[in-house]
Order: sequence, then C-alpha cells, then structure tokens
Amino acid sequence: MLPKQLLSGDEAIALAAFHAGVMLGTGYPGTPSTEILEEFARLGGRAQWSPNEKVALEVALGAAFGGARALTTMKHVGLNVAADPLFTAAYTGVGGGLVIVSADDPGMASSQNEQDNRRYAVAAGVPMLEPSDSQEAYDFVFAAFELSERWRIPVLLRVTTRVCHSYTLVGPRLNDSAWHPGRFERDISGRVMIPANARPAHRRLRRKLAEMQEWNETCWLNTELGGSSELGIVTSGISFMHAREAAPEARILKLGFTHPLPLKRIAQFVRSVKRCVVVEEGDPYLVEALRAAGLNVEGKAEMYRFGELNVPRVRRILDGDTSPEPPAPAGKPPQLCDACPYRIVFKALRQRDCIVAGDIGCYTLGALPPFEAMDSCVCMGASLGVGLGLRHVLPTEEARRVVSVIGDSTFIHSGISGLVEMVYNPPEDGHVVIVLDNLTTAMTGHQEHPATGRALDHGPAHRIVIEDVVRALGVPSVHVVEPRAGSDQFERVLDQCLASRQLCVIIARRPCVLIVKRFRDQERRDCEQEAHAR
Amino acid sequence: MRAEVTNIIVAGLGGQGVLTASDILAKALARAGYDVKKSEIKGMSQRGGSVTSDVRFGRQVFSPMVPAGEADYLLVLDAAQVEVHRHMVRSGGVVIAPDAVDAGRLSSRKELNVALLGVLSVHLPVGEGDWLAVLRERFGPESFEANRAAFLHGRACDAPAHTSG
Repeated sequence: MLPKQLLSGDEAIALAAFHAGVMLGTGYPGTPSTEILEEFARLGGRAQWSPNEKVALEVALGAAFGGARALTTMKHVGLNVAADPLFTAAYTGVGGGLVIVSADDPGMASSQNEQDNRRYAVAAGVPMLEPSDSQEAYDFVFAAFELSERWRIPVLLRVTTRVCHSYTLVGPRLNDSAWHPGRFERDISGRVMIPANARPAHRRLRRKLAEMQEWNETCWLNTELGGSSELGIVTSGISFMHAREAAPEARILKLGFTHPLPLKRIAQFVRSVKRCVVVEEGDPYLVEALRAAGLNVEGKAEMYRFGELNVPRVRRILDGDTSPEPPAPAGKPPQLCDACPYRIVFKALRQRDCIVAGDIGCYTLGALPPFEAMDSCVCMGASLGVGLGLRHVLPTEEARRVVSVIGDSTFIHSGISGLVEMVYNPPEDGHVVIVLDNLTTAMTGHQEHPATGRALDHGPAHRIVIEDVVRALGVPSVHVVEPRAGSDQFERVLDQCLASRQLCVIIARRPCVLIVKRFRDQERRDCEQEAHAR
Repeated sequence: MRAEVTNIIVAGLGGQGVLTASDILAKALARAGYDVKKSEIKGMSQRGGSVTSDVRFGRQVFSPMVPAGEADYLLVLDAAQVEVHRHMVRSGGVVIAPDAVDAGRLSSRKELNVALLGVLSVHLPVGEGDWLAVLRERFGPESFEANRAAFLHGRACDAPAHTSG
C-alpha cells in the first residue's frame, strides 16, 4: 500500500478516478463538487468544464458508449439540469464505465436548496453508492466503475458537503493497470431510444436493478459494526460518522450501496436488535423504504430533516428529543468585495427602484444590504425567464422597471435559452438584460468557462464572445460597458435602455478583482510562450 | 499517544488564512501519527464572510465536525470572531486570540495564522520537526523563512491563552 495522504473527499475521488484510468472527466463547477475535476486535471487526467451539467453528462455518456471510463461531476442542483440524459441513460446503459458524482449540500452552505439526490437514484433507476469519508470516496469510485461495467449502467456516487470538504487519511491502492479501455460497439436497439426500443430497455433496466439488489445483499460496501442488541442504527454516508460517535455502544448497519437497497440484509439486522433507529441526513429516504418493506424502524423527528446532522443532533434523534435547538450565533455574512465592479450595477438598480430578476453567482449577494437590489433568485439561468414573465403581466409603469441580471458563466450555462425566448416572445415594452461579465466563474473559486477563452487548466481555448452571441440572436440594442468608479457610463446606458422599450442587453464587463493578478500573470506567460514559439 | 479525540476550531474571516492554518495543523498531526479529520465550510470564504475549520485528532476519529461545547482549543484570527465561536468551546478549553502574539514581530499580517499556530503548537503532541517540515512543504523556499520565524515567535509566546469558563 502507498503511504497515507490527508485528502478531501473531492481529492480522493479525483485520485481514484486517475488511478482507475478514467479517460475523460466532465462537469460544471458547483460547490461542493468543483475541486474533483480541478484535482483530476492537476494529477494529469483529462478534465473539461462543460457549459452546463446536461452537456457534461452527455459528453461523459458518449465517452462511455465509446468504451471508456468516464466521470462527470456536479452539485446536487446540477443533476436537475442533467436529469434529462440521466433518466434515459439508465435505459441505454453504457459500453464502458460511467460514474456520475452528485455532491449534495444539506444545510445549504452554498446552495439555493437542500434537495436530497438519493431520490434521483430511485426515480431514474440507477445504482447509488454513498461514501462516508475520503478513504471510502476513493474505494467507492473503483466499486462504482466495476458495478457500471458489470451491469452496463451509469452509477450515481452521491456525496455531501461534509464528505467533499472534509480531509481524512487515505491509503491509495498501488496503481494497477488491470483495466483497459473498450471500444465502440454498434448497438442500435440498445441505444436509440425510440419507443419500440425503449419499451424493452425499461424492462431490461428493471431486471438489472433486481440483479443488483440481490448482489447487494452480500456486498462488501455495506458493513456491520458489532454492539449491544439494545440499540441498532441503520445509516449511510456522513451520518454514519456522527452516529458511531454519538452511540459507540450501538450495533450499526452502515450502508454504502444505497440503491437498490439490500432489504433482506437490513431486515435481518432490524430483527437482531430490540430498537432500531434510522439515522439519515435530509429526506426520510431510508426510513420510508424500510417501512414500505414492512420493517419496524424509528426515523427522526421532522425538525431534523432541515440542515446538516452532527453528533449532538444525532444524540437528540436517538433520545427522541424534540425540544428547540439552541440557535448558533450568526457569523459575519459574506458580501460583494469592496472593489467589486458589480457594486456599481446594484447601486444603480437600487436607485432606480428596478424590479430585478436575479441569478446564481457572487452577484446574488446584491440581494443583501446595503443594496437589496434583487427580487428573485431561483436557479441557474432563471433571471431571463422570470424577468420576461414579470414584464408580460405587470402594469406598464412597473413592467418597464423589470431587469434581468445574470453572470457570464451562468449566461453560458443556461441564459442563452432565455435570450432565445426573449427575442421569440418579446414583451410589449421590451426588456433589459444585464450580463455581469467578470471573465470568470467567481463564486465557485474562479473556474474558466467558454466565454473566458480558457480551458479548465487555464490554457488557451476558443473564446465565445457574449455580445456576438447576443447580436446573432437578433437582439436590437446591445451595449458593452465597463462599470467603474468615477464613470457614469453604466448608468447612462442603463437609463437609455430602460427608456427605450426595446430588447436590450448590457454587458457590464470588468474582471473580478480577486483574479486581476492571475490575468496579468497568465498574459505574461502567453506572451513569453508566443515569443518563444517564434 | 492520546487515545481520546482532541477538538480544535480555527476561525476567522475570508482571506485571513483560516484554511491554510487548519491545513498545516491537520498535516502536522497526521505526520505525528494521529488519525486526523478536518472539516470546513468554504463556499463563501472569499467574500469576507466567517470561515471556520474543525480539526479533530486522536487514535480514531469518526465525525469530522467538532460538536458545540466540546472544542478543546479555539484559534481565532479576527478578534471580533471570538464571541461568535465561544459557544463551541468546552469549559476549561483554551482560546487563542490574535493578541496572543506580537503582530509587530511578524514580517506581515499574512503570517498571523502561522504565528497563532505556533502558540497552539505548545499544547499539542507534535514535535517541532514535524511542524517545520509541514511549513516547508506548504510554503516553498520564498516564504518559508518568514513563516518559520512567525511560527517560532508564536511558539515562544508562553502565557497568552485565555481559558474559557
């Protein structure tokens, strides 16, 4: 065995993917998943940011059709975007191996909701593994590929913030080269999902799930820790760690392969203890499945559905304690950086009492004081559609104050479709869209995207010019301005657009203050390389 | 070797080096042979908001998160954050605040995190050699010397820690 390393769950997934011979890693940045592909690239793996999660999954699926091992990574809400290919990829299956990492964020450290993506495994009908620390994250990647290849099916590796961003010791395997890429094999009836092919494909999927369930009954991914028969705990993922600490005397069934569930093994465990409690974060996924199977298990009180679990909360769950929890003192909330160019934009929007349909990114902080200049933030790209809907129905005087605000990376992710909607179904009094272009995906830690002209590793790539896309779609009024202190150019353009009753897009472009230095360094390196090449 | 789990919280504001400090701390403990877990919430860390990182070590650690009221040490890089995190500290736990070191002795504010680690290091079962090896690995030749000096300055500040009642 190689020496142990202290790795985050994300780093462990990346290292395992590298050791497992993954030929292509795709994804879209999103906390807490972002570091997986960055680390995979740093190790020497081939990793790419896609414009959004749907495309990322499709590219990885194609690679797996081609016989490769492919990995795709995203945060929980990203899987909503990728849900369309996910559900049918469960039918088509794969030729090589495909592992989809869903990084959930219970407690919403950096997310707009705390949806529990274990539900996706059930809904789409794909197997799901849930590691509880970095060692398991590492080991389960290998297991996921083995499952994927054995049953020719995409596998969901479901992790959470405290697995992704906790550092624990990992003993990596020796690099073994047992795995070799397959090749493309034509399988028209298996992969072209017209109804005539999809009907048998659905039956095939259910058969695979039944086989996997049987296999899971004796699978090493589920482990039992001895203890008193007074109290049994069924748990998975990070909740296992809290439960083990909260009740060291309990007998624990720790599930690593959590869909399809090994119900016979669980039933045997439940019968072996006097009292059995299911300890799980988020939705009552396990407890509902166990009760549906007729097992007599206790779940957690509804109050523990919200937020993360931790050791004290698990103690309370086991004690049946539903008294109010002590509130934690509030820390200092984040805010737009002092020199952030977006400050100028939000100040101007506030002064004009604009109704602002916002979006996902640093600039969502424009909703907080002192600006309070954002009226909605729903999901990636929603600013366009929501702004248009408001424009369609509000009385003219209000409608004309509606503005959609979206960042550069979010615009590429799913803003473009909203812009298509705008030119196709324009509101009577036009609309104003502001693209906040700071030349990076700032919120998640400054990742590249197709409009930065740089690839995941910051090397050069084709640059999509946002204003060219906007003009090509037929938007009549397009402006590129630099919001900076001491200039009223942005405000003048904004006033002109608000008064115009036209479809207007203002691209407010100025680099994120946190990466100006990186830009300069990068430019210098590029120049040097160019000079060298000559 | 300590069998029971020791709990440390490093806290401050985005940009102060909280995560760098907890990274060095966790690596030094791993190097000394302990099971270590480190957990952090960093989604908003570059926007000046509160950042905390939990480090736990012992023979075997389960949960990566320090339970409220069970921290043995609280290391705080921003004085205003002491009160925010005091509820995490156990009775008799040690609070190390920025005034534990003489900031004038540091070559820049950037080394405050490492200097405070120096103060904490006196309490932990990790040899100076392990600490310095991790610092060297972390900082590389250009800033290792300044950080080494900051660490040793903190390590020499002997009576700074407040105990929590």
